[in-house]
Amino acid sequence: MSTPARTSRRSGIRGGEAASGWLFTAPMIILLGMFLVIPVLMALWVSFSDWNGRGSPFSASVSFVGFDNYSALVGGGGLAEQDFGTALRNNAWYVILVVPIQTMLSLFLAVLVNRQILRGRGFFRTAFYFPSVTSSVAITVLWLFLFSASGAVNKLLAFVGVNGPNWFNDPSGVLHNLLGVFGVTTGPAALTGNTFLGISFWEWLAGPSVAMSAFILMAVFTTSGTFMLLFIAALQNLSGDVVEAAMMDGANGWQRFWRVTLPQLRPTLFTVLTLGLIGAWQVFDQIYTGTQGGPGKTTLTPAYLSYQAAFTNQAWGQGAAIAFILFVIIVVFTLFQRFLLAERKVSARRMRLYVQTPTAGGSK
Amino acid sequence: MSTTVRTRVRSQSPSRRLKSLGREQLPTRAIAGRSLLYAILIVLAIIYIAPFLVQVATSFKTDGDAAANPMALIPETWSTAAYQRLFLNSDFPVWFQNSAIVTVFVTLGRVFFNSLAGYALARLHFRGRNVIFALLIAVMSVPGVVLLIPKFLVINQLGIYDTYVAMIVPLLTDAAGVFIMKNFFESIPASVEEQARIDGAGTFRVFWSIVLPMARPALVTIIILSFQGSWNELSHFIVATQSAELTTLTKGVASLASGQLSQGTQYPLKLAAAAIMTIPVAVMFFIFQKRIMNTTDGAVKE
Repeated sequence: MSTPARTSRRSGIRGGEAASGWLFTAPMIILLGMFLVIPVLMALWVSFSDWNGRGSPFSASVSFVGFDNYSALVGGGGLAEQDFGTALRNNAWYVILVVPIQTMLSLFLAVLVNRQILRGRGFFRTAFYFPSVTSSVAITVLWLFLFSASGAVNKLLAFVGVNGPNWFNDPSGVLHNLLGVFGVTTGPAALTGNTFLGISFWEWLAGPSVAMSAFILMAVFTTSGTFMLLFIAALQNLSGDVVEAAMMDGANGWQRFWRVTLPQLRPTLFTVLTLGLIGAWQVFDQIYTGTQGGPGKTTLTPAYLSYQAAFTNQAWGQGAAIAFILFVIIVVFTLFQRFLLAERKVSARRMRLYVQTPTAGGSK
Repeated sequence: MSTTVRTRVRSQSPSRRLKSLGREQLPTRAIAGRSLLYAILIVLAIIYIAPFLVQVATSFKTDGDAAANPMALIPETWSTAAYQRLFLNSDFPVWFQNSAIVTVFVTLGRVFFNSLAGYALARLHFRGRNVIFALLIAVMSVPGVVLLIPKFLVINQLGIYDTYVAMIVPLLTDAAGVFIMKNFFESIPASVEEQARIDGAGTFRVFWSIVLPMARPALVTIIILSFQGSWNELSHFIVATQSAELTTLTKGVASLASGQLSQGTQYPLKLAAAAIMTIPVAVMFFIFQKRIMNTTDGAVKE
């Protein structure tokens, strides 16, 4: 196709490249436009409309309702707001626990497995990575079994004398349960009396429900392997010189890791945290397969709520609005993180820290 | 073990050796440390592997046995009832077939379109290239779950709802794959192509018969990612189809989990379905295991 174009122009070896360039990229551009850009624009329109799922969202019977769908979610005072608040609460706890734990665990695994002298490195890497290749549906089915009332996990807990909960049917918040141990069962009026997004501050502070905790463990189990690979790759690209220099200066193993290796892993850390955050705000498959939001709506997540609102309740505008709010949340978190972890010039105060470290380490 | 430590100590610089003089107990400490390391690794490995062993074992148990001994790795009485039920008495084969069809087409399509676009972005000089690339990066950052409703809207509007086309074509979009191919093509020296060009080969010819065969490592990466991605995909199929004949494994097994087809818990049946569903990706994983571990190593090295 491009050969005639090239010969007709005869403008040297680069002739006809423009045409082939567009031709080569066209399929991907068309696909991305059709199934990414146009859909997003369509959904944006739906989120500002009262479309009820019948006919085309662009037909004359569908009208523009401004921010109605959005305000019903963030200030409507009704069930929509309450559900949205609950979903955000649930997912926020999920993110707060999953992201740091999976990052630390995957880094820990990578450091363990990265040693050159370790026997069976391949075996251990495979073992830790394998859960990452299985589908979330298959893992959820397995998890429902392992964490059932008389399942393997509770049998295991019984060995150490712990009476395990009925995991996926227990809506009680973990933090509330913890406070309950100390006899605190109701919060102060300041917390129970005031609400945000339709649920009280006391409820916001309930922690993830027991059911959600099982999902949190599952997320850590399935993602730590992927991120471990990223950390291994980064560790292998570090030059040994700096660590050796630190060794010469007498830094012990912990200091070498904390002050030398970890700062060099900053870009990978950023990648892992960002991917983790983006992933953790999108929990859907597990909820759809497993609990469908229950028990007591404590595993409801914005992604699942968005699907439910649109496809089950035919509240398409609201479903689309939830999706866009979720989009904004993810973008804001990612930007915030980028800001926090951005490479900055080392301040004088921190510089002092670096300069003094070897001496401090040596004197120990 | 202790010999390696010894040689390392000996080969170190004089100042380092002076320091280590005070630590004559190093070998014993090293052995203790190593044992601890292996102990931790083995415990962790058991935690990561045990669930899958339990899964396979349970799929061969009877319902009662599964409920009574959820941890046992050997069934009290071996039973293939779950598998018989799945293959002879349910829609499971249809689900499997649908998943296979979608996965094959999505993987082939992605390999072709990603490498085409990746090659153009890496090698062909044309106006608008940078704009396309910038758009690609922007598009990559759109979270997938946000697209659930949007995708349904377009599929519906195009009149392809509940067809194979709706299942396959939207999954061909793969900005990350284009990115991987572009990076790889940039690492191939330009002189390779120039020879062919001087000999009169057209752009597509150069791409197809010269550069693409060289891109095998990157292509394998795309194949692995696409295969895994489309085989494990769930949410797209939920919004793109509804009829039973188009149910994929993920959708079917998810409906099993929430209690359809089964009365009571029927864990052996569900776990057998989940286990079979894992086999193709597991096989894929073990075939390309070296590559998976190595490409990720190389991907960042760049």
